[in-house]
Amino acid sequence: MSRPGNRYDPRDLVAETLIGLLTRPLRSALTTLGTVLGITTLVITLGVAATAADQITTRFDAMTATTVSVTAPAPAAGSTDLPLLDWDGPEQVTRLAGVTAAAALAEAPAGHDLPVRASALDDPARAGASIPVVAATTGLPGAVRGTVTAGRFFDAGMVARHDRVAVLGDQAAALLGIRDLGEAPAVFVDGQPFTVIGILGGIGREQFLAATVILPPTTAHDRLGFGPPGRVLITTALGAAAQVAGQAPVALAPGRSAALTVVAPPSLERARKGVAGDTDALFLILGLVSLVVGAVGIANVTLVTVVERTGEIGLRRALGAARRHIAYQFLLESTGVGLVGGVVGASLGMLGVVAVSAAHRWTPVLDLRLALAAPVAGALVGLAAGVYPAVRAARREPVDALRAGV
Amino acid sequence: MSGRESVIELHGLCREYPATPPVRALRDVDLTVRRGDHLAVVGPSGSGKSTLLAVLGLLDRPTSGSYALDGVETTVLGDGQRTVLRGRRIGFVFQSFHLLSHRSARENVELAEIHGGSSIGSDGGSSGRRGRSRRALAALDRVGLSHRADFLPNRLSGGERQRVAVARALMGDPALLLCDEPTGNLDSANTETLLDLFDELRAQGVTLLVITHDDAVSRRAARRVRIADGVLTEETVEVAL
Repeated sequence: MSRPGNRYDPRDLVAETLIGLLTRPLRSALTTLGTVLGITTLVITLGVAATAADQITTRFDAMTATTVSVTAPAPAAGSTDLPLLDWDGPEQVTRLAGVTAAAALAEAPAGHDLPVRASALDDPARAGASIPVVAATTGLPGAVRGTVTAGRFFDAGMVARHDRVAVLGDQAAALLGIRDLGEAPAVFVDGQPFTVIGILGGIGREQFLAATVILPPTTAHDRLGFGPPGRVLITTALGAAAQVAGQAPVALAPGRSAALTVVAPPSLERARKGVAGDTDALFLILGLVSLVVGAVGIANVTLVTVVERTGEIGLRRALGAARRHIAYQFLLESTGVGLVGGVVGASLGMLGVVAVSAAHRWTPVLDLRLALAAPVAGALVGLAAGVYPAVRAARREPVDALRAGV
Repeated sequence: MSGRESVIELHGLCREYPATPPVRALRDVDLTVRRGDHLAVVGPSGSGKSTLLAVLGLLDRPTSGSYALDGVETTVLGDGQRTVLRGRRIGFVFQSFHLLSHRSARENVELAEIHGGSSIGSDGGSSGRRGRSRRALAALDRVGLSHRADFLPNRLSGGERQRVAVARALMGDPALLLCDEPTGNLDSANTETLLDLFDELRAQGVTLLVITHDDAVSRRAARRVRIADGVLTEETVEVAL
């Protein structure tokens, strides 16, 4: 081929393309329909999938995803077996890789009603409020992600000395009217006084603890007849929950781990898989098929346009247009049709995602990449569809083309 | 007459169409057209007029022979160079006007520059998008239609449409105006106006080659060549001006 000489100013090319498209606005609009449908379907499918996945994964936030609890079944009445869990459990579990905190917890033995009263100085009207009593190991604040808002939590020394101390959940403290620990207030459990040394607030899990009186296990055993712990609460590093859930029962009750019940968060993979189900695959295929149909539509209409504009092609060739000018012209027109289809489809698709989200009361997740990729995909569809008509147009011999008239 | 440089020089030009037997649309054509000539090519339909026009307009290649346009031998040029030459040195006027129906007269005239064909005038001065509209108006003024610049073709009479087409052909000062039955779709009054325009253009030094079967048109030309069965013969009818 000889060196091309004539230049087609890009601005002229764009202007000519726009005129070409706008001269037949209805046809151009109808031609975009296939692409609009395809892109809309794809955007809705991908957008709703992303939105739904986000809804599900927000439930498995960092807090839930790092929470494991191990529960022992209540011992059968009269059983003399050794308890499955004991108060040393947290120590065993903390050695496992991925465990950040652990605590053993025992609730009041069955059949024991333990009335809790504030000290005699407090309003008698508050007395008798139903406040459960639990016994827990020193790791409890970490294990439930609470913070000691006043005073302190009991330590290993207090546990070892069987000190008569208590920590209140913040709601329990409010119920009992205890705010200031400066005067060393006491609570009376089953008539026995315990010094309140701290208040535990901001509890992230096992929130019932906020309304309890928490005692050291030794003290609770001595004074109130508490037995071995029923549960061990474990907090893990992010991503370690599944592994810890497998190992913790073995560490807690070697040889009898099968009897323990482990509650661990479902893995994120499973959550995602549930969303990208068969329906989505079907819609994706539907969207792609629509795109192909759209491309065929654009190709078809562009081909018709090429035939209709044969005279114009001849004229342009006579005016000095190179074959590639003619090809560019029709390529750009079909690309423009595809681009418009992509933009409209992306907009409709996003609206669809918002509508579906609203119907489900979800927060719509609008991915910027999706919004940008959709028009590009539409333009590519148009470009691909225009190749054959453009080549056909460029190959027209000017003499033949001129005979066709304008 | 021979003092003027030649715009077209044909020597032994042949154009055959492959068939059995081959159709010889042009046989051994020799022709010289000099700058400022007004030449009419006459002949019955099927005589080879259209083939001659296509070859002269660089829209078709001769099978053999030589064709020099403005001193450039075109038969050895590639497709791209022929396209450039066509765009810059030749202005076409067609029987059916070939105006784009959705564009105003001026936009139709501007189209001549869009494909780069006329972007470098014969004076060597380059011109881009700027001033294109002004140049188109000037071309329309040359054919006496500047007052119709913003009319769509369907609002113009046949004669006006053809003058718009002439204005488009004049963009960029081509060496040659190739007219293919320019009056074929015009009534006699409009034909007369167009022929007057041709006379004016010739007086301005434009080289005109008009293919026609209309005697009224060919009579106005300074030179007349007849083509029959692909053979060209010059008729020595110098018109008294």
